[in-house]
Amino acid sequence: MNIFLRVAAFSLLMVAGFWGFASFGIPQIKPAPPPVEEKLDLGAMTMDQFIALGGKIFNGKGTCTLCHNKMGRAPMLDQIGKNAPERLKDGRYKGTAKTIEEYIFESMTKPSAYVVAGFGKSGTNDTESPMPVVTGGSIGLKEAEVKAVIAYLQDSGGAEVTVTIPAMPAAGAEAPKAEEAAPLKTAQEVIAKFGCGACHKVADQTGEIGPNLTKIGATKNKEYIRQSILDPDAVIAKGFAGGMMPPTFGEQLKAKELEMLVNYLAGSK
Amino acid sequence: MLKRNIRIIGVVFLLAISAMFMLPAFMPAASASEAAAPTAAPAAADSAAAKTAAVPDANAVTYPPAPKLTAADYPTVSGVNPRVAVWLVAQLHLWLGAFVVAVPMFVFIIESIGMATRDERYDNMAYEFIKVSITAYSLTAIMGGLLSFSLILFYPDVFKYLALIFKESMFAYALLFFAESAVLYIYYYGWHWLQGGNRKWIHLTFGLLLNAFGITLMLLANSWTTFMMSPAAVDAAGVFNGNTWEAIHNFLWNPINIHRVVANVAYGGSIVGAYAGFKFLSAKNKEERAHYDWVGYNANFIAIAALLPLPFAGYYLTAELYAYSQQMGITLMGGVFAWIFIIQAVLIGALFLSANYYLWCGMGRSDGANRYNPRIKYIAIVLVAAFLVWFTPHTLVLTNSELKSLGGPYHKYLGVFGIMPAKNTAVNFLLTFTFMSFMFYRRANKIATVSWATTGNAIQIALFTMGLINIVTLGVYYGYFTNTVYKVAASIPQVLTTLTIIITSTIIDTLMYKGAKDVAPLHWGRMPARSQYALFLLAVSFTWLMGLMGYVRSGIRQHWHVSGIFRDASPDAYTPTLGYAANIITIGTIIFMAMVIFVFWLSTISGKHVVAKGYWKEQA
Repeated sequence: MNIFLRVAAFSLLMVAGFWGFASFGIPQIKPAPPPVEEKLDLGAMTMDQFIALGGKIFNGKGTCTLCHNKMGRAPMLDQIGKNAPERLKDGRYKGTAKTIEEYIFESMTKPSAYVVAGFGKSGTNDTESPMPVVTGGSIGLKEAEVKAVIAYLQDSGGAEVTVTIPAMPAAGAEAPKAEEAAPLKTAQEVIAKFGCGACHKVADQTGEIGPNLTKIGATKNKEYIRQSILDPDAVIAKGFAGGMMPPTFGEQLKAKELEMLVNYLAGSK
Repeated sequence: MLKRNIRIIGVVFLLAISAMFMLPAFMPAASASEAAAPTAAPAAADSAAAKTAAVPDANAVTYPPAPKLTAADYPTVSGVNPRVAVWLVAQLHLWLGAFVVAVPMFVFIIESIGMATRDERYDNMAYEFIKVSITAYSLTAIMGGLLSFSLILFYPDVFKYLALIFKESMFAYALLFFAESAVLYIYYYGWHWLQGGNRKWIHLTFGLLLNAFGITLMLLANSWTTFMMSPAAVDAAGVFNGNTWEAIHNFLWNPINIHRVVANVAYGGSIVGAYAGFKFLSAKNKEERAHYDWVGYNANFIAIAALLPLPFAGYYLTAELYAYSQQMGITLMGGVFAWIFIIQAVLIGALFLSANYYLWCGMGRSDGANRYNPRIKYIAIVLVAAFLVWFTPHTLVLTNSELKSLGGPYHKYLGVFGIMPAKNTAVNFLLTFTFMSFMFYRRANKIATVSWATTGNAIQIALFTMGLINIVTLGVYYGYFTNTVYKVAASIPQVLTTLTIIITSTIIDTLMYKGAKDVAPLHWGRMPARSQYALFLLAVSFTWLMGLMGYVRSGIRQHWHVSGIFRDASPDAYTPTLGYAANIITIGTIIFMAMVIFVFWLSTISGKHVVAKGYWKEQA
């Protein structure tokens, strides 16, 4: 019995050690919730808003930046306006596109029509692309969303934006739940939803990575605060490293939410 | 006779495996198929799906699309979290299943060794192992039944969708389960009846059949799981348009099969090792102690032998996962799951260190090992250093003041150890030096007598030296002097180098120590008690590690029941944090360990006879 207890205690101690390390020894990253369908009010959208929508999809739901980033997993797309015409003339091109818009669309829906040298699937001699079809599978972009991404890529890649905003909402788009579509009601809700407290000391949160915001209104005005949210690296607070804060809040926050947050922070003195 | 019998049981094994895989094909509607429609699987899997496209059939069965569910479609039971219930039951079924599939594999080998050497100790040990697994077999079946009920109860639409596609293989599975049970009972209860001459060969054939049934059952169950990760022959709406074999032979089926077979053997070895460790510590006399020391040594040997190729099977699985879906691969290695590989490093570090520690303690069995003892500390240093490299995270979690003093998220010197090539190098060092530990142990009580012993040793030293230099060079070149996308390219030549060292050195050593002189006898039982705790650590670490990797394998589907085609709309359709997963894994591990202790205890009391004097009526 003595041995049994000793062995049991030893085993439990080991299990507790693994549990403790996994629970407290490493960062507890909370994965993003599953993406929800958004209602696209295309009729009321300006082209700038449509391009911004494309950027949001490119950086979010489309999961494009998983590979199209500086890590070199897939070609960068910031020069697409210059590169696309050259690729259309390339002998290896197997598609039917004639314009930059058509080329980008084809790349998203038939990725193997042209594979940039060095980025093909292993062993295929750059004839097969590892890129998934963005209209199917787990990405499942709707027609309007694809067009928005094309508009964004044309705009950011130095090409003329030729895409037209579709007149109707994307086919099959489901109505969002009321609570998903409605803007948040208070600045505290915005802070909680966007996880500001993970890095900043703000409201009742105690983050330490970014500047303390509990008295930010005493030294900074609304313009400064708004710019810091929309373009975090425009001015780096003294003693803090740049490139740490996501630059995508401008695309994620609704206008009302942004103003609420700015007013709240400006009033924190 | 020996050759003839080996030929016969070889043919029986092949026929059994073939017959079992043909079984689903003979089930009703097995030929149902439609013209292949475009697959919904990621681009990388398109070609694989296209290759398996079915021929149109006039009697085609139409399959429904994947249902679009809402939270209301998931039944609830008050006070029960469906995901946690299914998670725990599935994991317990997997742990037990891994054990009962693995044990007959090495029982068959040990029984064969006993027959070849006519050493009865092997036969007794094989019998003892199968005795331990027989109760675990019942528990596995109970957990399998519970899992089925849980799925039907909490995820009826998911179960229905998968059951429609896999109905033939599920039916075949049920039949095979009966067959496996029958063979297992004959194999176990007939052990002492089928002894000697041809009867022993018949018994061994039952052992082979048991393995054929067990492995086939595992392969079929794997296909259901891997279909959920890499669905095959389905269109964008989730309509299945293939046949049974296409559904089974999906993209990730074989990589998971290989990984699970190897891991199961290592896991089975570790659990049996824990059993031997417990019996060793509880031994009442010298003979019993010697016996369980010997059993523990063999169990640890099995665990290490399977542990060595396991990282390679893991690499292959991950590479195939990337090939199937780059998104899935990045989610696994660079996304929310990236940190689990640091926990994995700790667990695998614990596995290697405990296995090596046991070997080093085992060198105390022979006085001849004194020659090698001074070298052990260097192996220990290398193993710990390799573990620390593997353990070093790429990005550090820092407070602002730490970030400032460090000048960024990467450490000036340690940052270089955070990337994959450094970790690959570390893993290959772990493997090579573990093998070196084993070689020293093996040589402990012997001296080679062949004339070319000096040359043989020199070749082995050169082999290790050149191999290790090659591993480091590959790691450094690919890690720090090439583009990011080529960083993992070092892994294959590094693995090949390690395998070359292990295989070549084993061949040389086997030839060199043929007819070697015994310089000091092995004293079985001359082991410190602490060495047995290394065996417990091995079993506990393995169990927890399997739980962790189960969470990841299932989690990379994210909010999909079947990747990309059947969305999870339940309230639990989010990936839990590592801390939450750690809670479930820990609870599962404790329940499993309690079950294992129960199994061990049953095997102990089954051999006990109490004479109840005066209880029974005297018979005239």
